[in-house]
Amino acid sequence: MNRTGVSAGSMGLCSCHACGLVSRAESIFGTAHCPRCDARIHIRKPDSVRRCWALLIAAYILYLPANLLTIMETGSLVNYRKDTIMSGVVHLWKTGSWAISAIVFIASIIVPLFKLIALTLLLVSVKRRSTWWPNQRTRLYRMVELVGRWSMLDIYVVTILAALVQIHSLATVRAGSGAIAFGAVVVLTMFAAQEFDPRLIWDPLTKESEL
Amino acid sequence: MNIHPKPLIACRECDLLQREIPLSPGETSCCSRCGATLYRCSPDSLDRTLALVLAASLLFIIANVYPILSIEIQGDRNATNLYGAVSALWDQDMRSVSFLVFVTTILVPAIELSMMIFILLPLRQQRVPAGIPLLLRILQSIKPWGMVEVFMLGILVSLVKLTDSSSVIPGVALWSFGGLTLMLAAVATSFNPRDVWAHIKTDNAQGAVK
Repeated sequence: MNRTGVSAGSMGLCSCHACGLVSRAESIFGTAHCPRCDARIHIRKPDSVRRCWALLIAAYILYLPANLLTIMETGSLVNYRKDTIMSGVVHLWKTGSWAISAIVFIASIIVPLFKLIALTLLLVSVKRRSTWWPNQRTRLYRMVELVGRWSMLDIYVVTILAALVQIHSLATVRAGSGAIAFGAVVVLTMFAAQEFDPRLIWDPLTKESEL
Repeated sequence: MNIHPKPLIACRECDLLQREIPLSPGETSCCSRCGATLYRCSPDSLDRTLALVLAASLLFIIANVYPILSIEIQGDRNATNLYGAVSALWDQDMRSVSFLVFVTTILVPAIELSMMIFILLPLRQQRVPAGIPLLLRILQSIKPWGMVEVFMLGILVSLVKLTDSSSVIPGVALWSFGGLTLMLAAVATSFNPRDVWAHIKTDNAQGAVK
């Protein structure tokens, strides 16, 4: 695969993010619109890096309460327990549901951490105009977009249990405030991934080829 | 100006400028630099998608009306459907989480399915409904927020968590959620927005670069 090449942006051309039509990015002062579908078009997503950083930092901050606060309270006649995400995973493991425990561990611990680290790496490399492994970095971005949604798993489990286990005094399940923080982390990282423009990874290469 | 007959295409992920090549049915063209999929050739994709969307809509309605799971502890029974789960969370003062679940499992899939029917049904009768560009843009931007398949996994995890403390009875909606997950995956792979865009004439022809 060739690493360099002519990008549409360097020719003053712009592909519509909605319909894919390539057109000349006219009207420098106003906003340019796609001639086919009338969507706003930009050569690169506007302010991509800055917006992505902002969302990512917010996600980092909320990552702590998301993991430290209680996500689910379970009460029954015989016992009462508060679970954070990690203690929920450990509890599943101890009660013998290894497969489910592994699924929850990957979806709720590994995936959010992977997204935070991967996006940070991508942002730093783009900022430094790195020409290092563009293919692998693009693949990393694709993975971030692909796996992000699966972290919602724990939120859904809490929702179903909280609705179902409401049998008077025998057993009740309540969602804890950790669920709010955790949901926010998932949403913020999804927005951050959408704001990031993978074409920025390739821009330094195009510039080099022109020299 | 128009020396080359094939239109230009820019890769969505690395912005490499390339020319489209003709494909035979079932083939996919990939970016020559980063390997991202550029476009596919799938004749009758619109008809196939419409059939799948109609089946998915039916399953979606069943999945929302009937209970997903019911549990029994010492003779006491409790069942919930999806909306019941959302409103239970709302009543526990978990409004933001409840709203998030409502949007990702009910609202977005419902909008997605109804918009697709609205686009595909008239196209089948050779009519181009008004406002297609806007609808396609909305479809594209809400797509990441429909999470039925994750919810399906959530049901299964809940099922395992409940079985050691109570007896669990799977409801009708559990099976329809399973079917809906498969149908939506099939819709996502068969729907080719490029085929819809091909129906839309470019008013401002000089704007498009050949």
